[in-house]
Amino acid sequence: MPDATPPAEPALALPPPLTLALTVNGARHAVEIRPWTTLLDLLRDRLHLTGTKKGCDQGQCGACTVILDGKRVNACLVLAATRPGSEVRTVEGLEGPDGALHPLQAAFIEHDAFQCGYCTPGQLCSGVALIGEGHAGSAEEIREWMSGNICRCGAYPHIVEAIREVAGR
Amino acid sequence: MLTERHVGRPRSRVDGPLKVTGRAKYAADYATNGLLHAVVVTAPIAKGRIARMDTARAEAVPGVLRVFTHENRPRTAWFDRSWQDQVGPPGSPFRPLYDDRVHFALQPAALVVAEEFEVARHAAGLVGMECEAETPETDLKRAMTEAYVPPKRRSGIAPPPKPRGDEAKAFAAAPVRLREQYGIATEFHNAMEPHATTVIWKDGELIIHDKTQGAQNSQDWVCSIFGLAKSKVRVVSPFVGGAFGSGLRPGPQLFLAVMAALSLERSVKLVLHRDHHFGLMHRPETFVTVGLGATPEGKLCSVQVEAVAATSRFEDHQEVVVNWPGLLYDVENAAFDYRLAQLDTHTPSDMRAPGAPLGMFAAESALDELAAKIGICPMELRLLNHADEDRNDGKNFTSKELRAAYQVAADRFGWRHRSPEPRSMREGQELIGWGMATGVWEAQTVKMSASILLRADGTAEVRCGTADIGTGTYTILSQIAAEELGLPLPAVNTLLNDSAYPAAQVEGGSWTAASAGTAVQLCARSLKEKLLKAARGITNSPLASATMEEVRFTGGRIVLARDPSHAVTLAACFRELGEEKIEVEETATPGLLSKMRYSSYAHAAVFAEVRVDEELGQVRVTRVVNAVAAGRILNPKTARSQILGGVVFGIGQALHEEGIPDHALGRWMNHNMAEYHLPVNADVPAVEVIFVEERDALTSPIGVKGLGEIGIVGTAAAIANAIHHATGKRLRGLPMTLDKVLPR
Ligand code: FES
Ligand code: FES
Repeated sequence: MPDATPPAEPALALPPPLTLALTVNGARHAVEIRPWTTLLDLLRDRLHLTGTKKGCDQGQCGACTVILDGKRVNACLVLAATRPGSEVRTVEGLEGPDGALHPLQAAFIEHDAFQCGYCTPGQLCSGVALIGEGHAGSAEEIREWMSGNICRCGAYPHIVEAIREVAGR
Repeated sequence: MLTERHVGRPRSRVDGPLKVTGRAKYAADYATNGLLHAVVVTAPIAKGRIARMDTARAEAVPGVLRVFTHENRPRTAWFDRSWQDQVGPPGSPFRPLYDDRVHFALQPAALVVAEEFEVARHAAGLVGMECEAETPETDLKRAMTEAYVPPKRRSGIAPPPKPRGDEAKAFAAAPVRLREQYGIATEFHNAMEPHATTVIWKDGELIIHDKTQGAQNSQDWVCSIFGLAKSKVRVVSPFVGGAFGSGLRPGPQLFLAVMAALSLERSVKLVLHRDHHFGLMHRPETFVTVGLGATPEGKLCSVQVEAVAATSRFEDHQEVVVNWPGLLYDVENAAFDYRLAQLDTHTPSDMRAPGAPLGMFAAESALDELAAKIGICPMELRLLNHADEDRNDGKNFTSKELRAAYQVAADRFGWRHRSPEPRSMREGQELIGWGMATGVWEAQTVKMSASILLRADGTAEVRCGTADIGTGTYTILSQIAAEELGLPLPAVNTLLNDSAYPAAQVEGGSWTAASAGTAVQLCARSLKEKLLKAARGITNSPLASATMEEVRFTGGRIVLARDPSHAVTLAACFRELGEEKIEVEETATPGLLSKMRYSSYAHAAVFAEVRVDEELGQVRVTRVVNAVAAGRILNPKTARSQILGGVVFGIGQALHEEGIPDHALGRWMNHNMAEYHLPVNADVPAVEVIFVEERDALTSPIGVKGLGEIGIVGTAAAIANAIHHATGKRLRGLPMTLDKVLPR
């Protein structure tokens, strides 16, 4: 990070960095960030976990969905500095320790639950958390509770099928 | 073991594992040491000039390297020609940071480049601009009075057909007449991946990861604008997060990122903010007037279609809007007119099936109105007027299984149970409506090259410059190569959208499968010739006199069909050739002769059910059946997804998507994904997709017509017709939001 003598006007000074400790996909990290860094930019730009996508950067699309301390969140709306000590699970952390695909990842491939794949990491994290939340009881319920994740390719019916299959196991 | 069959079988996407693990890399996913981040600042007005630019405060922020504006940008090409690309319309392309003129709302006016993204974003907010505003015109209703026939046609876009018969006279004499105007709001592509470019700069050479539907189109554009040799610029974009036409023309992000990288001699990443996309790409607002004259039995006597579509002040964007009904229906007297009107916006971009869903929404709604007027079944009306030849061009169709599509879709939908009267079906507070419409899209082929590299170990690599934007191209090209060469699917690795690969046109227009697929098949066939020749040459070869017709390639061997004990392994062929690998490149060119003689289109029959809350006016689409006749289906699994995606796009067009302008300011009021509504999961019902058997040997050697667009065409009309059936209300403007549905 560039260091410079703080200029006179406050708007021109950078907010001072802080050290954030957190666990991502089981790995501990201590990173120096500025308070304005979102969890999404931390993951993508600092930890090089680019599986999590940026679609709007303002909480409107769900592409950036990750599982934060067990709950799905839009990572673009979380300032990383507000969550010291948190546990984050991203699409890169869905596979088992043996490298086997998570059942939902496998079901997405089987049901062709994506086309371009850009919304997919967010859909997967959202779907995994949804099953955990117990909101995957019916197609109707899945449709409602997955509506924060936009898929412009329109894979919705296949996403519902994939989640139903895994939730029903 | 018999030949491995892949083509025509449902196969999971070969790029699926990369996409579900986050390992598929999109344009903004690349990084390198010292990567700089750029952020665009847009002009605060929609029209006028930038009188003063204040960048001093932004540049004083630590970590900011440069703020580029029209005042300090490096010199680049000046002539329009240098800025034109493979697919752009006639005119003078927009040049970012070119001068002080502001042509449209959200026009990029400055680029802030900094060591960190957040620093660039912060500094972008400190760039000051003083502007002299002029009054913008964004109201098509007003601008329409000055609509004109585009003087220069856009290449690749069919002009309106010549008139036939005497439409005016036939219309005047027709016992049943109808003439209505339909309107379609501005729509925005909103692919989930923002438009982004990462430029990796190394000693003056550039590796560019750009969101593009054609790596070579981007490469050519960059070289032409910056005067660079092709050898210095490579565009590598293996994954594209949807585009729907928005990645056909190279975008401002590409220019700006390259400009910054070349000036600063550093690597630069630029991701456009979601809001900024609304200024740069859209489907044009269009008004379509349809006049139908018919006999009391429903036979069409005349068709008239007139459209006025929006374009910018600097380019004549053109689409095929008015041609469709004259093509689909057998009518003696027809007249067509297509005009443009200029607005102070960016030039529209092609968006999924450009033109067709607009003209077809109008035409298929008008037919439904006619059916209601006469009192016959809307499907019967279409069958009664079904065209067995293309009357627009006086050609035969290569194939047209539309009748079969109507039939199978109607059966699956249960259409015969429809009670014809509007408002005659309900459940509690919900009115139920059933509607249908036709879809059509031209089946095109373009020139494309591909290569296959086959190794002695029985693995192969397919390369082609074209893109897979989610369309399944990786998978179908692998299927074609594997089937031809008798290899298992995982043995074939397909690589796409790299400017270093065999030359290809941009991915689009539903032409990729037919064109790239044919090129891959040609490659495989020429490899097979070489291999069989080698097999014959082996001493005491069991295939010494075998011809291509007599052998099969299967399981890594060449076998004699009539006696599989006569076989030569591919490894033995390679030994005979003294090679470890062989590579061939072939080019597929459109069959011009058949193009001159025949017309080729994909067709669809779309049936939709809606439920309308009588008190709230809320419309839910509860069922869609779409039967598609589009030649041979290479992979029913990915093909179904393409049609599904088109239907979902159509639902958005029908019910949700609308750019809402403030004409006083000339700005979009809803330039984000919260206020510009896209269909979400809860909006989309079970959709049934049926592929009708259709043999077509003339469109492309592999029998394919293409599927990227056909799914959207007809969907909005089917929904509009269903809403009419449910409510008795005819809505002639898209989207059909609840304020329009509610009784006034
Ligand atoms: S990027 Fe976070 S919700 Fe869109
Ligand atoms: S797969 Fe493309 S946006 Fe969902």
